[in-house]
Amino acid sequence: MRRAGRSVKPRGRRVRLVTLAHARSGDKGDTANVGLIALRPKDYPLLVRQVTAARVARHFKGMIRGPVERFELPNLHALNFLLHGALDGGGTISLKTDAQGKVFSTALLRMEIEVRR
Amino acid sequence: MTRSPVRIAAGQGFWGDWLEAPYRQATGGPIDYLMMDYLAEVTMSILQKQKSRDPALGYAKDFVPLMERLLPELARRRFKITANAGGVNPRACAQAVADGARRAGLAGKLKIGVVTGDDLLDRLDDLVARGHRLENLDTGEPITAVRDRVLSANAYLGAWPVVEALRQGADIVITGRVTDTGLTLGPMIHEFGWAADAWDRLAAGTVAGHTIECGAQCSGGNCLVDWERVPDLANVGYPIVEATADGSFEITKHPGTGGRITVAGVSEQLVYEMGDPRSYITPDCVADFTTIQLEQVGKDRVRFSGIRGRPATDKLKVSLAYFYGYKAVGTLVYSWPDAYRKAQAADRVLRRRLADLGLRFEAILTEFVGVDATHGPLALAAGAGDDAPEVQLRVGVRSPDKAAVERFTREIAPLILNGPPSVTGFAGGRPKPEEIVAYWPALIDKREVRPCVELVAV
Repeated sequence: MRRAGRSVKPRGRRVRLVTLAHARSGDKGDTANVGLIALRPKDYPLLVRQVTAARVARHFKGMIRGPVERFELPNLHALNFLLHGALDGGGTISLKTDAQGKVFSTALLRMEIEVRR
Repeated sequence: MTRSPVRIAAGQGFWGDWLEAPYRQATGGPIDYLMMDYLAEVTMSILQKQKSRDPALGYAKDFVPLMERLLPELARRRFKITANAGGVNPRACAQAVADGARRAGLAGKLKIGVVTGDDLLDRLDDLVARGHRLENLDTGEPITAVRDRVLSANAYLGAWPVVEALRQGADIVITGRVTDTGLTLGPMIHEFGWAADAWDRLAAGTVAGHTIECGAQCSGGNCLVDWERVPDLANVGYPIVEATADGSFEITKHPGTGGRITVAGVSEQLVYEMGDPRSYITPDCVADFTTIQLEQVGKDRVRFSGIRGRPATDKLKVSLAYFYGYKAVGTLVYSWPDAYRKAQAADRVLRRRLADLGLRFEAILTEFVGVDATHGPLALAAGAGDDAPEVQLRVGVRSPDKAAVERFTREIAPLILNGPPSVTGFAGGRPKPEEIVAYWPALIDKREVRPCVELVAV
């Protein structure tokens, strides 16, 4: 699934995040959080460069109503994303199967980023 | 001379967690404390409702038989218990446990500490009258917007009332709305004599509490990294903190148990329900999760060090619950060929009928389980609906109008005979309208809340 007209670096190879990172997510009200952790510490800078808040917002277009915030945890080789307006009101109000955002983590792992060959 | 570490074991990660876990923690090896977390955000309102029907209720009732099973071990091994199972009636919970202890022949041998003071429901009008707006942290609305529908109001207390109960000699500390992390930090403060402004150490104990508060979720449960090689989940070992006075600690589990404790697995738990990692705010301190250093120091053993904290704020979080409205969710399963298209067609028919009936809903949400329910358009773009053997149509509605929600529940079954073909999976019968009790997070000045500690003799 190449996104037309957008590539971060030419001549790279596109890989899904699931091959580079693992993740866990949870909720706070109508906000889902996704913690994205590099499987190998050496790949953490790649995540910092490419998995930006703006790219994550585009990735989740149509799934969340609010903005995306990103925080860095270099000590854990991890990024934390807050996806606002992700849970149809959240908690008990939400009608979603994933009312508590438990598997937004795995949806982020579908994202493709560019790595050098 | 260095003293041996204090061992704090997690026994329940939520109300409804594995009943075997606390007993296995108590008997699988030495522990000093057993910590059990019972209270989720909306739990308090359920308990408040139970208490309004019977003033002797309002706590996690299944905590009592669990304690009856644990008490002989507790008497033999002399560990202590911290649990927020008291809900909105910690005194009644303590009395029920004390009765159980007397029946077990432990009269005069145990003390139960009770922590109260978190319940603000009876004081709510007074607080509002004195100018406390209790604004919703997400929307900014003042509590007066829903005052007549408020069902419970509890401030989150921290570790210090737990410390006080332990200081007074409690073997079992039963609390109301004490933070999950306070149940782990409290024993550490008590054992090590940490000062109220030892921010780095309080932050370390808070991180320890966060790590084990979800039970096995840090020891191999719900762990994505290398998940197929997590050993023996049937026999999963719940986590144990081995804490030392300088604030460093190790997370491990009893020998011979299943699961896995690794840096990667623990990292997953650290980012769970995380906001700004530099400011993990509790009543006791502000912990900085970007300072945590992790090291694998043995099999199923991860060492935490370097944790820094900052002074606590002058506010406490208040968890209010209020009546919001009604909802219902109906499902039907459509099979190949064209399973996804049949489910979509059924959804269109259903929505048309709801509109023709003039029913008003605040929200109607359709999901196709097996296609887009969890990954939405991302899964569709990857071809999720193509040639699916079956797809579950799942439609939910939400409304302040109970009659509209009830009528919706009668519109699912007719589709079996008068909608698209190849439909099954309706054995569960008509969906039931549910009351929605919603969560209202707010802040209040700390000086408005006075924690209270008392002892119940057995």
